[in-house]
Amino acid sequence: MPMIVALFAVGVLILIAWGVEFIGGHSGQLLLGVVVPYAAFAFFIVGFVWKVLGWMKVPVPFRIPTTCGQQDSLPWIKQSKLEAPSGAPGVIARMLLEVLFFRSLLRNTKSQAVDVGGPRLAYQTEIFLWLAGLAFHYTFLVVFIRHFRLFVGQVPFFVPPIEALDGWMQITLPTFYMSGGILVLAAGYLFIRRLINPQVKYISLVADYFPLLLIISIAITGILLRYVIKTDIVATKAFIASLFSLSPKLPDDPDAIGYMVFMHIFLVSTLVAYLPVSKIMHMGGVFLSPTRNLANNSRRVRHINPWNDPNIKPHSYEDYENDFREAMKSVGLPLEKDEE
Amino acid sequence: MAKTPTAKELFDSLTKKPNLMRGDIPEKPWMQTPVHFEKGNFAHPGKQKIIEELKFPNPREWNPVDDDWQLPDNWEEIILKGFRERLKKFRSFQVFMDICVRCGACADKCHFFIGSGDPKNMPVLRAELMRSVYRGEFKTAGKILGSIAGGRKMTFGVLKEWFMYFYQCTECRRCSVFCPYGIDTAEITMMGRELLQLLGININWMMEPVRNCNRTGNHLGLQPHAFKGSIDSLCEDIETITGIKIEVPFNKKGAEILFITPSADAFAMPGIYTMMGYLLLFEHIGLDYTMSTYASEGGNFGLFTNNEMMKKLNAKMYAEAKRLGVKWILGGECGHMWRVVHQYMDTMNGPADFLEVPKSPITGTVFENARSTKMVHIAEFTADLIKNKKLKLDPRRNNNFHVTWHDSCNTARAMGLLEEPRYVLKNVVNNFHEMPENAIKEQTFCCGSGTALNTDEIMEIRMKGGMPRANAVKYVADKHGVNTLSCVCAIDRATLSVLMNYWVPGVEVSGLHELVGNALIMDGEKERDTDLREEPLPDEVLPKKEEPAAAESAEIAEGGEG
Repeated sequence: MPMIVALFAVGVLILIAWGVEFIGGHSGQLLLGVVVPYAAFAFFIVGFVWKVLGWMKVPVPFRIPTTCGQQDSLPWIKQSKLEAPSGAPGVIARMLLEVLFFRSLLRNTKSQAVDVGGPRLAYQTEIFLWLAGLAFHYTFLVVFIRHFRLFVGQVPFFVPPIEALDGWMQITLPTFYMSGGILVLAAGYLFIRRLINPQVKYISLVADYFPLLLIISIAITGILLRYVIKTDIVATKAFIASLFSLSPKLPDDPDAIGYMVFMHIFLVSTLVAYLPVSKIMHMGGVFLSPTRNLANNSRRVRHINPWNDPNIKPHSYEDYENDFREAMKSVGLPLEKDEE
Repeated sequence: MAKTPTAKELFDSLTKKPNLMRGDIPEKPWMQTPVHFEKGNFAHPGKQKIIEELKFPNPREWNPVDDDWQLPDNWEEIILKGFRERLKKFRSFQVFMDICVRCGACADKCHFFIGSGDPKNMPVLRAELMRSVYRGEFKTAGKILGSIAGGRKMTFGVLKEWFMYFYQCTECRRCSVFCPYGIDTAEITMMGRELLQLLGININWMMEPVRNCNRTGNHLGLQPHAFKGSIDSLCEDIETITGIKIEVPFNKKGAEILFITPSADAFAMPGIYTMMGYLLLFEHIGLDYTMSTYASEGGNFGLFTNNEMMKKLNAKMYAEAKRLGVKWILGGECGHMWRVVHQYMDTMNGPADFLEVPKSPITGTVFENARSTKMVHIAEFTADLIKNKKLKLDPRRNNNFHVTWHDSCNTARAMGLLEEPRYVLKNVVNNFHEMPENAIKEQTFCCGSGTALNTDEIMEIRMKGGMPRANAVKYVADKHGVNTLSCVCAIDRATLSVLMNYWVPGVEVSGLHELVGNALIMDGEKERDTDLREEPLPDEVLPKKEEPAAAESAEIAEGGEG
């Protein structure tokens, strides 16, 4: 059911793009190609910054790293510096492993209860979520970088080498970029996994299917644009670059840029605007997770809690002794006040 | 009390009846599946008198099976206000509400889910119990779109769900190891329990120890003379077994070290043997230490109650260290106690500038890792002693024990104390076998009864939650003949004994220092013929070859162990 809702939502978005472009003509293009992207981008910037600042404003009262390895204790016991870091370098390395290689996800296992003449729990390595997740994120990054060619007049220096790597197979004309294909496959796997893994299916919300379907739609419209539904690349590039130089200028000929370009732009804009209010904010949040970004040195260096309440006092020894003086005396326990 | 099913029935319910662990998706979405309380699936609520004494909100006698929980009229308002406040106080809580992508990596990592197949025991869903309210009450999309945006309102049904499932989480943090963002359900459960406290929803097994600990100094409410009496009688046992007479210093001003351990070690089986181990060790090295009757509890059930109570109970440690004028504090074997000491104590009740940086008076080792908090774990302390060859040990005395090591959740995942106890263990026993990788160290499984869930009325839940731990023990018991499960946690010592009895009969539970105590060769000891449990020592270390009859009976005892 949540999947249907998400599918419906993405379908509506595609129809909107289609409809506006066909019915609206030039002003439709203006809406889809200029107004919506600018609005979406502004919303994204404000929303993202707002959200991250909002998180940073909340204090971290306690130092609570999850230790996934040996602590730093006695000098002759080998510390696991990456899994239980005790200082900034270790924490940075741990975060890099987490952000760049999804280290924690790599631990994933699948557990099953099996009857082998007696109860037995079986665990097996489950690497596909990690693999698909990694492929998904990295190909997304490559596709994003490749698009820099369109954003500015001069092609940035880092784009051609990435394109060369991405298209090393040199099949099809124009050169087939692996990244687009892998992106669709990986996102497709993550989507199908949501439908066939019973545990994941049961917890999945519209908000889980929607971004995947949206990204798949974006990738497919992009692939169609490159290989199937050709557009006037010079006019398109000029237009996109004009967007980025903040002096948007649509070509005078409304047919110069194909409808698919506007659909692609509209879907991307939706994703960009959706980002700050969605779970995709994990891209910012992962850096602020207190179980990962803190050093396991709580006994070595005192952590300060800004709202620590100094008025919370223990039940005092004095009260304790007053309660139990006779009993303590009877067994010869030392007393502060030995009186009647 | 509801009848607890047998181990076989319980396992069959997991493999033969439909459940999500097996892959059967429930017919109804989880939001439309109300919880149902019945005898056996909840722990008794806190008693009115105890709640009153602690000055906690809404003291009353109530029963979770009733339709009326006698909540304040404006309870929704109280909860939502408390929710908002905590979002502003704990970054973990705020971030964890926002960034979960529901990838499901945590789903089958929770011992309660693995053992029950109950969807709401998947860590992700446990957190969604709260996140759904966050979206439905605080977020624009959730307020307008409701369940389409994954939101729902704070209703009585939700409250019941919280009570059930935040008391089926032991804050063990295993899910947090697997989460790509480190989302820690312990943080969620802590917040959930704090919010429930605002309405007077809690369990007695947690509140009574808190009350006792606060006033009398320890969980059971042992008064000073009884506490001392309990330890003194252990000293008598030690004298019987070893011939060594030990005088334990209590509340002694000017001692070098204050020793604090869970009070269970003073009176409960099998913790008392661990206590005997500590006492023998301190005697062996001539340590200048004292115990305290005022701070006679290492454990801190406040941790499971709210952060204020955790601070209040913990504050006794420094207060007593200051009053007695000791140099530093040595902490005994405990799990959640060390979560508090390692990750919270200095922040809450420090700086302990009246203490000195801990330095072993025997080896001269400075415990740099405890430089600020000034409290050392006894496994660190003993490992250092052994490394510096300060102990006379005969590990053969433990030859009857084929030992495996249970890493306690808190010392493993909230501290990283993994190799110290193993080093000690390997020096005091000859037969040591690790459980499989995915059940030890950072991936260790909880005993299923932590966070004050070690009460008998929820035995079925406990046995389900402990199943993954038990199963890994069974694996090494079958493969290597393991008959002893050793650990550094007082709750474990009590609850794993029950768990082993249920799932892997024949495996006994011991503390680390019980095995140390067995192995220690004390100066001036008599010829020992039994271990600390007064079971015969293995033949090879028995004083001298006796007539065959005695040797035979020793063998029978050994056989009975396995």
